[in-house]
Amino acid sequence: MAYEPFKVLKSTAVPLPIENVDTDQIIPARFLKATERVGFGDNLFRDWRYHQDDTPKADFVLNDATFSGKILVGGKNFGSGSSREHAAWAVYDYGFRCVVSSFFADIFRNNCLNIGVLPVQVSEAFLANLFAAIEAVPKTEIIVDLPQQKITLSATGASEHFDINDYKKENMLNGYDDIDYLTNIKSEIENFAAQTPL
Amino acid sequence: MKKTLFDKVWDSHVVRSINNGPDVLFIDRHMVHEVTSPVAFLGLKNRGINVLYPNRTFATADHNTPTINQHLPVADPLSANQLKALEENSKAHGISYWGLGHKKNGIVHVVGPEYGITQPGATIVCGDSHTSTHGAFGAIAFGIGTSEVEMVLATQCIMQPKPKKMRITIDGQLSKGVTPKDVALFIISKLSTSGATGYFVEYAGEVFRELSMEGRMTVCNLSIEMGARGGMIAPDEKTFEYIKGREFTPEGTAWDAAKKYWDTLYTDEGAVFDKELHYTADEIEPMITFGTNPGMGMSISKKIPTAAEVEGAATTYKKSLDYMGYDEGQDMLGKTIDFVFLGSCTNGRIEDFRAFTQLVKGRQKAAHVTAWLVPGSHKVMDAIKEEGLLDILHESGFELREPGCSACLAMNDDKVPAGKYAVSTSNRNFEGRQGPGSRTLLASPLVAAAAAVTGKVTDPRTLY
Ligand code: SF4
Repeated sequence: MAYEPFKVLKSTAVPLPIENVDTDQIIPARFLKATERVGFGDNLFRDWRYHQDDTPKADFVLNDATFSGKILVGGKNFGSGSSREHAAWAVYDYGFRCVVSSFFADIFRNNCLNIGVLPVQVSEAFLANLFAAIEAVPKTEIIVDLPQQKITLSATGASEHFDINDYKKENMLNGYDDIDYLTNIKSEIENFAAQTPL
Repeated sequence: MKKTLFDKVWDSHVVRSINNGPDVLFIDRHMVHEVTSPVAFLGLKNRGINVLYPNRTFATADHNTPTINQHLPVADPLSANQLKALEENSKAHGISYWGLGHKKNGIVHVVGPEYGITQPGATIVCGDSHTSTHGAFGAIAFGIGTSEVEMVLATQCIMQPKPKKMRITIDGQLSKGVTPKDVALFIISKLSTSGATGYFVEYAGEVFRELSMEGRMTVCNLSIEMGARGGMIAPDEKTFEYIKGREFTPEGTAWDAAKKYWDTLYTDEGAVFDKELHYTADEIEPMITFGTNPGMGMSISKKIPTAAEVEGAATTYKKSLDYMGYDEGQDMLGKTIDFVFLGSCTNGRIEDFRAFTQLVKGRQKAAHVTAWLVPGSHKVMDAIKEEGLLDILHESGFELREPGCSACLAMNDDKVPAGKYAVSTSNRNFEGRQGPGSRTLLASPLVAAAAAVTGKVTDPRTLY
């Protein structure tokens, strides 16, 4: 599924200063029985967000109107555990376009890049800085500049460079996914297939 | 240049390499199942494209299927809906579909090899992390996400940076009662669940050469539990013998041509790995896990390690033991268990049922134990009957269920109740994996059999 191109995102952010957030928490296994990619945003962090009787837990950050925005700032080792892509869908469908952390689990990072969520890995120090700034001023603005590969706190101008490989960057900038790329080289693939016995 | 087995297979499947980006890797064979495929098919529909090579794709239903009364309609509406979607999608795109009740139905990683879909030197993917199983044949096989399932359906390719390479060599002879499962649990206990992250593993040495194909599949299956993308073993005469004459295996001149390629599939003398590990067979005893990840395993006769003896966070270690209701320093032997699960793509093949049956023969199932014996496929189920194993199992008080993933991930009704202990031959002992609150002890079919007849954790070697 192609997605909106990602260039420069200026937004407030939602802080989640918890380490080792695993994909079972992001989207519990019982929500994997869907046959369509709809409604995953409603179940993002389902068991942290809602009581068993489906009433919201007041102290969870997604239920706190003080915080909002298209950027999710999470603790170290975000997205570990099961490889379910549903976790990245839930993040996207909820409305986040960017997740910031000081370390991402491999497959979650990949899944995000495949569906148009930009994972931004920053240093521990910068992450602490972000959490402090959001805590102090919940509507503080953060700028994620993909062309420059730079994340900046508007208020102070504090910024940091982040890495992304050229290929994925190009995709995100244009809203392409891998299938767009591959369908463009279809004849090359067909030639290859012709020489590859079944 | 000297190449590893992995290099040879990978390099020969690269359609193009992207500068400072991934390789475009051609996929020979793609297996799909009901849980991770529906959204991928929907994606194709939204793009208005078809499956590029339907004859390279194979579909089976396994993850959420019931293991009793498979002839009746599936009761859970959500599961039924996913099964229906897979059937319709397969039909619409001309993909062979082995649904519930079909004689070729079974767990995706069990049926692939059974019908010769799995071949040496092939690239194989599936939306399930234990796709690594197929590496036992010298194939590059790994699990993928749903976007990637869509990608392979649409283009028969996947975009991946080439992983690093690790070789694990084990020489010597395994002693009696030590099975391939124990070898894998031993390696994971040494490496931890992230010790091979970023690597593709090759298993080498006498121990793996001596293993049957079933045993090699068990080992490769568990590669993912040490963090690796996959694992593989160089094909040999045993491999060729196994695949010969199966439905999707080449024949005649095609066989000869394939065989010529397969004979080149080994790691060249002097080829370099990013990491090499060596162990010896006599270090390995029957294993059992005591915690909530597959790395928390130990020799069955030892004591649960203390927090001070293990690397990593002591609090997480304690939390894990608390969940299990165990304490550091305790014996595992003698601990009471409630459930036994024999099955899954790790240990649901005929050899596993033979081992289990051989041990329970002439004994009775412990009265308080609930045992789920779930064959990996119809073919396995038929063999259990034909070889007379079923009669022996019945005499010992065991029932056989119908094929599927079952309690491995408990998406169907085969759920271990909260607080109960299950000795399981599957692959994951995470919190709640076999049902909310369930407590899993991973072990070999022999250890499972010993537990089933004694009702507690027992060293199978004491029952010979
Ligand atoms: S048996 Fe378990 S690990 Fe194997 S395919 Fe089924 S769910 Fe996955």
